[in-house]
Amino acid sequence: MAEKNEGVSRRKLLREGLWAGGLAGLGASAGFMGVRNTRGNTVWQIDPNVCTSCGNCAKYCVLEESAVKCVQLYSICGYCDLCFGYLVPEPKDLDTGAENELCPTGAIERTFVEDPYYEYNILEELCIGCAKCVKACAVFGNGSLFLQVRHDRCLNCNECSIAAACPSGAFKRVPAETPYLLKGADGQA
Amino acid sequence: MRRFCMIAVLALWVTGLSVESAAIERFPPPDFEGGYEFPETTTPPARSVLWEYVDAGVLAAALAVGTWLTYRRRSRRGIFALMVFSALYFGFWRKGCICAIGAIQNVTLTIFDSTYAIPIGGALFFLLPLGFALFAGRTFCAGVCPLGALQDMVLLRPVRVPRWLEGVLRLFAWGYLGAGVLFAATGAAFLICRYDPFIGFFRLGGNLNIIVIGVCFLLIGMFVGRPYCRFVCPLSILLRQFSRLSKRRVTITPDRCISCRLCEDACPFGAILGPTAEWDEGDYVKNKKLLGGLLVLLPALVVVSGWAGYGLSGRASRVHDTVRLADRIYVENAGLVTDTTDESDAFRATGRKTEDLFAEAAAIRGQFALGGWLVGGLVGLVAGLKLAGTTLRERRSEYEVDKASCVACGRCYEYCPRQHAMLKSGREGK
Repeated sequence: MAEKNEGVSRRKLLREGLWAGGLAGLGASAGFMGVRNTRGNTVWQIDPNVCTSCGNCAKYCVLEESAVKCVQLYSICGYCDLCFGYLVPEPKDLDTGAENELCPTGAIERTFVEDPYYEYNILEELCIGCAKCVKACAVFGNGSLFLQVRHDRCLNCNECSIAAACPSGAFKRVPAETPYLLKGADGQA
Repeated sequence: MRRFCMIAVLALWVTGLSVESAAIERFPPPDFEGGYEFPETTTPPARSVLWEYVDAGVLAAALAVGTWLTYRRRSRRGIFALMVFSALYFGFWRKGCICAIGAIQNVTLTIFDSTYAIPIGGALFFLLPLGFALFAGRTFCAGVCPLGALQDMVLLRPVRVPRWLEGVLRLFAWGYLGAGVLFAATGAAFLICRYDPFIGFFRLGGNLNIIVIGVCFLLIGMFVGRPYCRFVCPLSILLRQFSRLSKRRVTITPDRCISCRLCEDACPFGAILGPTAEWDEGDYVKNKKLLGGLLVLLPALVVVSGWAGYGLSGRASRVHDTVRLADRIYVENAGLVTDTTDESDAFRATGRKTEDLFAEAAAIRGQFALGGWLVGGLVGLVAGLKLAGTTLRERRSEYEVDKASCVACGRCYEYCPRQHAMLKSGREGK
């Protein structure tokens, strides 16, 4: 009888020990994560200097309409009349005719500022993030048009589908306090 | 100006200048005369960090409510309502991200990648369900996990899966957990997120293949209760072990078992274990020998399984961008293919040395090889211990809940006549 009781208590001891071990393990991992968590939350962003404007951003986002959109950094834009981000390679006329526009959804708005300069705005609700204008602007222009993850749309998936499909590794996790990587003088990139 | 642009562009064409997307001021920004002001590029802020705490708070509250419903109220209806809420909130409203299952990978990445730190919300999503499991079993699975909720709701006509088959199929979940950790640790991918079969439902769209897999899971789930939870879910493996140790367990009866056998078929997840038969002397001798033999075989099983894992690791490593890119660059340089890909073009544009890339890829392959041994060995170890476990005698005199397998769905409560007696006396007492 005594032997049996001993067996029971031994089993109980083992169970209690494992339980305490489990709790200690959770506590230790909580402590470890707490110590490491100095940067806070992160979000996905595209490094425009690495992006090759391959067009995957328009295709791979889990959202019906990609969270990646083109942005215009006005401070480095040349305000050209012949804008290669706006116009097809050999435009019939330098105007807002649909047959002259490069953007498949007509998401770039061209407004006259003063001779010979034109301002180009991205109409975000129309932009699909296909990067056609980005490529042309990078090759022939100042590169003021580039892609960014728009955080009012992005779900911040744990595994970003576009990041997984990005050929150049331009997607990275950035601190949520500085969620954009803008080019040029006033940008961080 | 137009002519100037044309000439400049022609010059670019001819000289074939850089096609990099870096900001190059080919056309300096104009000095406007008419007082034009440069508009600001809009930068909508990221989702407030407050929401992270709200999510974690809702998770904690749902776990507490689920535990209360399971142990105090003993109400299947209440648990079902919580399930619907969780599917709506964590699933459809929060689009299934972040979830406790995926958080395993964030924790792993925090350990292995010094540049990454898990957000506090993610850490809580990992810690809270496991912490609750230590005290009250898998109440997370019952009413809080949106993936579990979806499967629980479609269960129509449960088919009993034999215990041995269940054990064999669960080995897949062990391997999946190991693979998920390995892929996250090497920075290859968040495998568990990539192959989350239900995320497409929550987001009402997504990768078609994954949605098809999700539909298959739900179709199977009409007959085999919670197939993802039982045979695939990596978190279930952790929760099972924590739940084994838990302070409290779900009981079928509110007070005492009268061995009426009414609950025998109540559990669609095979978590109700009946009374065991007595063993005679011969059974003991036979099983002792079997156990001895299996324990001797165990190291062999671990090694064989580890070797199989190592064999798979080469292919697995190609999920990693760097390894895939290095392979591609290798075949391109060797002249085995004539075209290039976006990846190889992007790599060449950076001007990095191929040797560096190959060395990096080789290091990652090495990590995968080691990981393959470890994950394979783990699966072999679990399989061997499971086999050995079958030779041990279980002692049960009444119907009990298997702490590891029980997801605390509350289905069995109303099968127990004591529950009805309790409810009746409760009503009369009032």
